[in-house]
Amino acid sequence: MSAIDPLTLAVIQAGLQQVCNEMDIAFSRSAFSPVIAEADDRSDGIYDRETGALVAQGEYGLPVFVGTMQHSTGELIRLIREGQAGAPEPGDVYIVNDPYLGGTHLMDVRFARPVFVDGELFCWLQNTGHWPDIGGSVPGGFSAHATEVEQEGLRLPPVKLFKRGEMDREIFAIICSNIRVADQRIGDIKAQAAALAVGESRLGDLLAKYGRTTLDRAIAEIRARSADRMRAEIRGIPDGTYRSEAFVDSDGVVDEPLRIALDLTKAGDSLTFDFSGSSPPCRGPMNSVWATTLSSVYLAVKHVFPDMPINAGTFAPLVVHRPEGTFLDARYPRPVSGCAAEVSQRIAESVFLALVQAIPDRVTAAPAGTSGNFALGGFDPERNAPFVMYQITGGGYGGNAHHDGLSNGCSTIGISKTAPVEVMEQYYPVLFRRFALREGSGGAGAHRGGFGVHYEVELLRGEARASFVMDHGRFGPPGVRGGADGAPNVVRIHRGAETLTPLHLSKDQNIAIRAGDRVEIMTPGGGGYGDPGGRDPALVERDVARGYYRADEAERLWGRRG
Amino acid sequence: MRRVAGIDVGGTFTDLLLTEAEPGGPLRVRLAKVPTTVRNQAGGVIAAIEAAGVAPADLGLVIHGTTATTNAVLERKTARVGLVTTAGFRDVLELGRRTRPKPYGLFGTFEPLIPRELRREVPERVMADGRVHTPLDEAALRAAVLALREAGCEALVIHFLHAYANPAHELRAGEIAREIWPNAYVTLGHALLSEFREYERGTTASVNAAVQPILDRYIRRLQDELRAQGFSRDLLVMNGNGGTVPAGRVVEAAAKTVMSGPASGVMAAAATLAQSGLSNAITYDMGGTSTDVALIAGGVPEVSAELTLAYGLPVHLPMVDVHTVGAGGGSIASVDRAGMLRVGPESAGSEPGPIGYGRGGTRPTITDANLVLGRLDPERLTAVRAGVSLDAIRAAFDRDLAGPLGLSVEEAAAAVIRLGTVHMSGAIRMVSLSRGYDPRDFVLFAFGGAGPLHAVALARELGIPEVLVPARPGLTNALGCLVADLRQDRVNTLNRPLDGLDMAELHSVLEAQAADALSVVEEERAEIEATTLTYGADMQFRGQTHLIRVAIPSPDIDRATLQALFEAAYFRRFQVRLPEIRAVVVNLVTSVIGRRRTLPLAALLDPDARTDFDGARLGTRALHADGRWHEAAVYARERLPEGARVEGPAVIQQLDATTVVEPGAVASVDPIGNLRIRV
Repeated sequence: MSAIDPLTLAVIQAGLQQVCNEMDIAFSRSAFSPVIAEADDRSDGIYDRETGALVAQGEYGLPVFVGTMQHSTGELIRLIREGQAGAPEPGDVYIVNDPYLGGTHLMDVRFARPVFVDGELFCWLQNTGHWPDIGGSVPGGFSAHATEVEQEGLRLPPVKLFKRGEMDREIFAIICSNIRVADQRIGDIKAQAAALAVGESRLGDLLAKYGRTTLDRAIAEIRARSADRMRAEIRGIPDGTYRSEAFVDSDGVVDEPLRIALDLTKAGDSLTFDFSGSSPPCRGPMNSVWATTLSSVYLAVKHVFPDMPINAGTFAPLVVHRPEGTFLDARYPRPVSGCAAEVSQRIAESVFLALVQAIPDRVTAAPAGTSGNFALGGFDPERNAPFVMYQITGGGYGGNAHHDGLSNGCSTIGISKTAPVEVMEQYYPVLFRRFALREGSGGAGAHRGGFGVHYEVELLRGEARASFVMDHGRFGPPGVRGGADGAPNVVRIHRGAETLTPLHLSKDQNIAIRAGDRVEIMTPGGGGYGDPGGRDPALVERDVARGYYRADEAERLWGRRG
Repeated sequence: MRRVAGIDVGGTFTDLLLTEAEPGGPLRVRLAKVPTTVRNQAGGVIAAIEAAGVAPADLGLVIHGTTATTNAVLERKTARVGLVTTAGFRDVLELGRRTRPKPYGLFGTFEPLIPRELRREVPERVMADGRVHTPLDEAALRAAVLALREAGCEALVIHFLHAYANPAHELRAGEIAREIWPNAYVTLGHALLSEFREYERGTTASVNAAVQPILDRYIRRLQDELRAQGFSRDLLVMNGNGGTVPAGRVVEAAAKTVMSGPASGVMAAAATLAQSGLSNAITYDMGGTSTDVALIAGGVPEVSAELTLAYGLPVHLPMVDVHTVGAGGGSIASVDRAGMLRVGPESAGSEPGPIGYGRGGTRPTITDANLVLGRLDPERLTAVRAGVSLDAIRAAFDRDLAGPLGLSVEEAAAAVIRLGTVHMSGAIRMVSLSRGYDPRDFVLFAFGGAGPLHAVALARELGIPEVLVPARPGLTNALGCLVADLRQDRVNTLNRPLDGLDMAELHSVLEAQAADALSVVEEERAEIEATTLTYGADMQFRGQTHLIRVAIPSPDIDRATLQALFEAAYFRRFQVRLPEIRAVVVNLVTSVIGRRRTLPLAALLDPDARTDFDGARLGTRALHADGRWHEAAVYARERLPEGARVEGPAVIQQLDATTVVEPGAVASVDPIGNLRIRV
């Protein structure tokens, strides 16, 4: 095979990226689910026809999907080969949300479309979108108490929702009969399928220009070169084994912390991730399926080396041993709703805490690392209608070698925006008493952590039930190199003069809420970086003037008055 | 003799285009380009008038575009502003919408325009439906306002939750504040932008307050200096919506002048298209560090209210929908650790700039690639400080690119241009064509210093069949001032399903918006030939969050027509029909445009100089294209007559830009002096 010229290679790489970016934008802009449209909880990509390996994925996709979708495509290809899924034809779109087939949790629904050139399969396009509900015991799907996946919702194996371009009304009817707020799903289904059609059309332009042979060769070459580049980055990390640990508060059912233990070994040009010392599978929904565990490692590495392209080659030099027998390799029927939003972030945190020992300039102290899921479902007597409200909130990022951490940063696995208070209050019978920066929450350090959020919501009328899937309630996000931990997550329910705290601190479900009750949440601050004594006194003074810390707090944390 | 001057202050140059005519006589044009005086932009404005050979006293009207407000915000050199807001919500401006600067990487910081110690809370609360939950605590308000005044604030923002639904508390608070602290710079959140989303509305208000004193001082100083030199007529100022407002009214909504420079370029493009018999274009203004792109469909530039000025700084006011792409002539080319060629996102900016600028740049850029390939003439670079030899540039290409890639220097330079073009076309597609347009229906309207240099290659990449380079590509923003109409926009939030909407209410909102906007536009009655009103609705299917703008032909539109218009617009954008779901009217918008006299653009090039095709030919120069060197003809743009036809490879030079006609492309000069290039 003759070498492909460097220009064509670069041009094709940009072209493939463009196809994915256009799919991402088309999907978000036409979706109904605010989780997709506003929070961009979706991703689109191109995958190898034989193996499902990642060819390219959108730069604006949700980070947690960076490594899952190639697994999902690989499993689909396997099932087709084994005759358990129908053979692909032009215009088909498969739907699948089975977590154990290369997925995350059930709410993340994948659509896959085969692309044919002259009657032969050329590649797969796939996207994932987070549906606002997929059935199960709790609206929204985040059941903190589930003990098997059936309680978490409808599980779909890969089936053709579109056959040669026509939607299968029967499959559609089955789906709609099993999920809440089904009337808007048709809009999301059309948006999700249309995004893949956009991808096929744009990819067709590239194929017309370069032909499938050149494209195939370019894809292989780009993958090889990306692996080279990742290896070059890895060589810059000092050799050694770096140990870290991270804790999930509890699994929601058994009130004990789950431990993630990472031995990260850098030798030559490979990085090996060994999680085998982690806790065994848990009863509650904090298990992680293998694809999500792997993806969490990938996204953490991508956060540290943000310029690396997203394709299978980039991740090839990362050797992740499958942690069999731990909660990071969940098998059927372990419940998994917490894996994509919470466990994934603890895994990423363990990677940050190991790497910051090796390359302290390029990694921050631990970020808040929880998606802060708060769901309130009830009945609004004034509108005579049921409602389900979600609030997701960021927290502080870790301090780092260069500056203080960002306040109210998005979860590391997400890129989404918070819904405005004015929007929440229009749609739901609630009143926010405050939506504020959480004072004092950033871990002290030479560069302190960023601040979490402190908000309080009152139910105005009727009755509702509150559920929480959050984390870092037991331990705050760790500081590094002498920096202090950020403040842990806090959930409180105020009922008259009474204040309740969930037993598992950050996870609970179906807490009865009556009109006038208030739910108060404080999200974690980021970990501090470096010895607090090394902080510029002028910054301590500024922080006190701004009310970020009280004067006595500043004196205690930094040893001087502001 | 009536003289009208359009004067645009840019980052580097202040540009002037001036028309003069005796009543009934022919129109003549004068132009000038002088360095921008950064400290006091008025200096450059006066200098430009003088450079054009006239005195301020000779001018009948000045239309002015300024970057004073945009720069102030981007450089954070804004006024000290205080905020009074609803108890519990003073941190809204600091917390933002829980984003981070980039999808990957956890570094980066954000500082709001108003620091926390200048943000005060007062007890008051309005609910989403406009009902009062907690009355305004007037004593607390007085205390907060006085405290902010004592803290040395110059401007004040009053921003209460849900004030778009019921502004009573903001209005009362404004009254009290002005009473105890007489101050021209008080911004009420709802008055500038009556839309929901507290972070965006509050940030927009804080941008306004933060630039009001700066714009006010600047406009006063400019008027004083012009008056001192005998100018006694009207001064109009450009807004980001592509229209102008009288100078006396510009400060109250100072934030609307943000991004007015790029908007004027697009307005000039729209005027040029109209006189060229065209209606669809992608405008492409490539500069040293960034490139501005906008879409004009049906002759009308798109206007949107979703501009983000910088990370965490949304300005949700109606503005010409100009997208800034972070790539320009200064984008750096390199070979990464895997041996892959990369162009951008790193940029040499204007300091040190490309190697060829001789200001200390050492890394190859797109501009340098143009020099290596003979596409740019090193003798004609306006930004050059100390001459750098082509050999030095070639050596850098050899060292950084050609060597590692195993290419010749020319091949490496051509690869840089090509990859830069591919990235640019991708970025352009994302903000324009990918919204459901067919590139074959568009022309690429190229201007700015570097636009015409890359336009033919870019059009080919985008599938656009024709490039249009206007007569004065380097003075397009000044032309935009000269042709801009007066314009006022009004936006109100309804957010109700169309099938349950009281259509009489919709009609009365639109009519009230129109009456209010008309009253401002008509202050400049003498300048206006005709007044146009356009109406629109921002709509969505129930449950969505993104909006689609639907043009409303008349304020008394009926329900079924609006439903049909929305469905058609949605289908064009997404190729999806959703009869299952209800439509929602989120915002109503009205624009009043006071149309000024049409400026015949043919006058922009001196007809006496454009007589003789052979006389336009300056000679030839070595140009590298399609993998080899050509002896390309070089032409003087100002001397090409109407109908002249130039086949590529060729270079067409003019004072303010260089156009490259690639091999296979054919350029011709149309009746109003545009270069029209079939790619």
